[in-house]
Order: sequence, then structure tokens, then C-alpha cells
Amino acid sequence: MQSYYEATARERVAGILDAGSWREILPPTTRTLSPHLAALGLPAAFDDGVVIGSGTLDDLPVLLASQEGGFMGGAVGEIQGAKIVGLFERAKTQDIAGIVLLLETGGVRLQEANAGLIAVSEVVRAICATRVRGVPVVAAIGGKFGCFGGMGIAAGCCTRIIMSEEGRLGLSGPEVIETARGVEEFDSLDRALVWRTVGGKHRFLMGDCAILVDDRQAAFRAALARALRTGEDLSLTTVEHEQQLLETRLARFGAYGDGEEIWRDLGFDKPASVPLLATDALVALSEHVRAA
Amino acid sequence: MDWVTVAERLFDRGHDIVASGDLLSGVGQCGDTAFTVVGSTNHAEIGVELTLAMAKRVIETMRDHPGRPILFLIDTQGQRLRHRDELLGIHHYMAHLAQCVELARSRGHRVLALVYDQALSGGFLASGMMADLCAALPDAEIRVMNLAAMARVTRLPEERLTALAKTSPVFAPGAGNYVQMGAVDSLWDDDLAARLTAAFRDASPNDNRRELGRVRGGRRLAATIAERAATE
Repeated sequence: MQSYYEATARERVAGILDAGSWREILPPTTRTLSPHLAALGLPAAFDDGVVIGSGTLDDLPVLLASQEGGFMGGAVGEIQGAKIVGLFERAKTQDIAGIVLLLETGGVRLQEANAGLIAVSEVVRAICATRVRGVPVVAAIGGKFGCFGGMGIAAGCCTRIIMSEEGRLGLSGPEVIETARGVEEFDSLDRALVWRTVGGKHRFLMGDCAILVDDRQAAFRAALARALRTGEDLSLTTVEHEQQLLETRLARFGAYGDGEEIWRDLGFDKPASVPLLATDALVALSEHVRAA
Repeated sequence: MDWVTVAERLFDRGHDIVASGDLLSGVGQCGDTAFTVVGSTNHAEIGVELTLAMAKRVIETMRDHPGRPILFLIDTQGQRLRHRDELLGIHHYMAHLAQCVELARSRGHRVLALVYDQALSGGFLASGMMADLCAALPDAEIRVMNLAAMARVTRLPEERLTALAKTSPVFAPGAGNYVQMGAVDSLWDDDLAARLTAAFRDASPNDNRRELGRVRGGRRLAATIAERAATE
């Protein structure tokens, strides 16, 4: 499977890790099912929609979690969250180069309500604590369901984020905003608008994602290997720097209503052409203009 | 209870907390201990500005008052649901706040939180849910979203969710259910200053919420599955 977007959680693991290195933890044969879905008459999955395990990536020993968008949109419930948090616990006792998260998720699994929210919170906290200990956590986002809700915050806490143009990253999904505030606020069916707001290219130009890649498994793999070797630890200096960047971003772009206005401000004379640019052309053009 | 009353009852030796728009900030003195207070009021929608303002206070505390404990006072209707906030990358702003809290914890700051009114999903994740210990007033409302909206998004009948909410802490809003599930340490229904002093003394920097959920019976599997994922 060449395309990362089209691949399942397990196909991504095979495409990202070194051949033959994967060892799954709590595989489907262990039947780690959600305890909450049956009460709602909903089908469960033997892996609860996330695959976790260990392997090597370009010879670097890593722990990895890969979410399955095909099961409840990758949403995080009690079991899925516990599997991911357990993986971070495991990292404390192993000599690894980092943790790799292949994220595809709408965030909290609403069918598990409070349990889902608490699980996401535990994941966010585990990522932050792992980074404080000096272990890199790198995330890839390029699947159909994007990465939203509390898991958007989780992604933001990672050392590095790799996205493809097709990837989407945000907090409240367009449908959620449209439902709450009306179609005038955010038309979730306007695909171009959605991508100008939360798509991979915009996130890259804003500095929310470190590396933009084509929708190929090999491209994600190479970028993840690079990211694992280059991240910095969390420190007072880095958060002070981040505070400054985010204040500047707000002051500079806060009055704009569309991605195109931001891209023009960044130096793109023809912002309307940004969505048409090939990934490497955009990356080359953005060398001097990226917000971060 | 309004934030002024809460602050007076928490800080027996005074405070200089002020509300600036929806942001609460200042220093409160409880017994011998000074706390940096950061929070929100008016059921604030947490947008990029408020998130940045909170992160700034956490950073200032780390820089200027090493070791000083931090108390979040929580009253939020959730993250601000606007196109503009998404365009600016609100998830990144919230992640920044969460990282500031984690860094403060790792540098020896005790981080506590009190939900004194309402707490909803996104607005709560990067603040109160990042604390060493999160408490709530007994009538505080904590939830992911209301049952009507949940029914719409999940396409499950609202009557079914309402029925489930009566028997299951997983679906029902309310601080008591979060206590059972381990995400809220306890309900503070008496001497708030004494509670704050005890929390400051006893809070653990380790995330023990799964264990609390198991012991209290509201979230039985998370701790076991996490242990298995860590060791098998």
C-alpha cells in the first residue's frame, strides 16, 4: 500500500517500521474490548481501534501506536486510551529513540462520554510527561478522519508533527462548529474552506506541523526517522519561545478571516494558488516565509 | 458559588485575584502558602487569547517564583467554537498551556485545580485535567457535552442516553461521577482553606487517576489494560 491516506492502521505500521521488526502488544487475540459499547447496542473491536507495539524505524528502536479510523473514526474510549497510556508507561522501562503516534481520530469517543474524555486527558498528560523526561514523541497525521478534539491538543504536545496535504488537524471539527454556530460560521461541506483552515498545508505554513510530506508511506517513514533524530526537550526556554511565537501569531494574523489572507501576509503573492502547489514546491517557496 | 466567595473561603489570609474579562489571575495566601491563581469565570469560552494569558501566568510563576504552587479555578463552557480560533490553531495554543503545566510540575510546582462552577471538555483538558489533583464543589457540573448534542452526533436516541445516564457514571454529567471515575479527587463541601492545605500537602505529581477509578469502581478497566500494555 503506497498511500498513507488509504492505508489501515496495520498497513501503516507495516509501511512505517523496518520489515520484520514489529511486535504487537495486546493484539486482537487478547480481545481487549470496550466495556461500554454493548450497552448501546454497538459493535466492539478486538483491538478497540488502536494498534500498539514495538519495532525499529530506520534502525531506531521505537514504541508505536496507530489509530484505526475505520473503527468509530479513531475516537478514543476507555480501552483505546489505556492502551496508549500503557505504551507510554512501558517507555519508562525501555531504552528507545522515541514514541511514534500515527494519529487518525475525532478525539473523545462520545459513546463513552466521560470515560473517553478522561482517557484523552491521560494521553495528553503522558505525552507531556514523556517529553519532559527527554524522550521524543513524534506524530503523523494524514488519514481520512484527520486529528481533532482533545487528540488535536495531544498532537500539539508532541515534539514534532508530520502531515500530508490531505491531513487535517484542529480542535473542534468543522461539523461541530457548524452545528453549534451555524453554516455562516463554518460551512463544513466547503472542502476548500476546510482545507484552508485545518489542512496540512496551512498547518505547515503556520508552523503547527514541522514537516510536510506527500501522501506516500515511504515519505512519512523518512520524515518520522528525521523527526526522531532532531527534536528538542521541553524546557523553560522552549516554552518561553513558544509563548512569544503564539503571541506574535495572534497579533499578526488574529484579524484575518481566511487562510488566504494569512498566506498573503506570509509573502505568497498569489495565495489562491497555494492549494495547487506540489508539496516540494510549497516547501521550497516557504523556506523564508513560514510563520515559525 | 461565585469566584469571589470561593476565593475568600480558599484564601484565609487574603488574595489579590482580579477578573479581567473572563480571566482570573492573582495570588492567594492560604495559611503559610502563597498560590498563583489562574482561572476563568462567566462560564468562559476558552479561545486563543484566554489560553495564552493562562500560559503566560504559569510561565511567569516558573520564572519569578520557583516552586510556588499553582491553583486553577475552573468555570468554562468549553473551547471557543469559532472558525477564527481553528484558523489560528487553537489546538496548538491549548497544547502550549498543557506543556507549561507539565513543565511546572516537573520543576517542583504543585499544580491543583478546583472546578467551582462548570467544566466542559476542551476548556478543561489543558488546565484542570493537567493538575496533580483536581477537586470540585459538590454542585459543579463536569461533562463532555450535553446529552441532546451527544445524541445528535452519535445518532443514538436521546432517551436511551438519558436512561443510561441514570445508572452509569460514564454518561451522566456531574462532579460525583468524575470522582467515581478517578478524574476528580474529591468534592470540597466544607472548609475550603483546610481542603486546599491538605491537597497541597498530599497531591502526587504522578497521574493516579486510573488507579482511583479502579478503586472507586467507576472506571474498572483502564488501570488494568494500561498495566498490561506496559508490561506484557
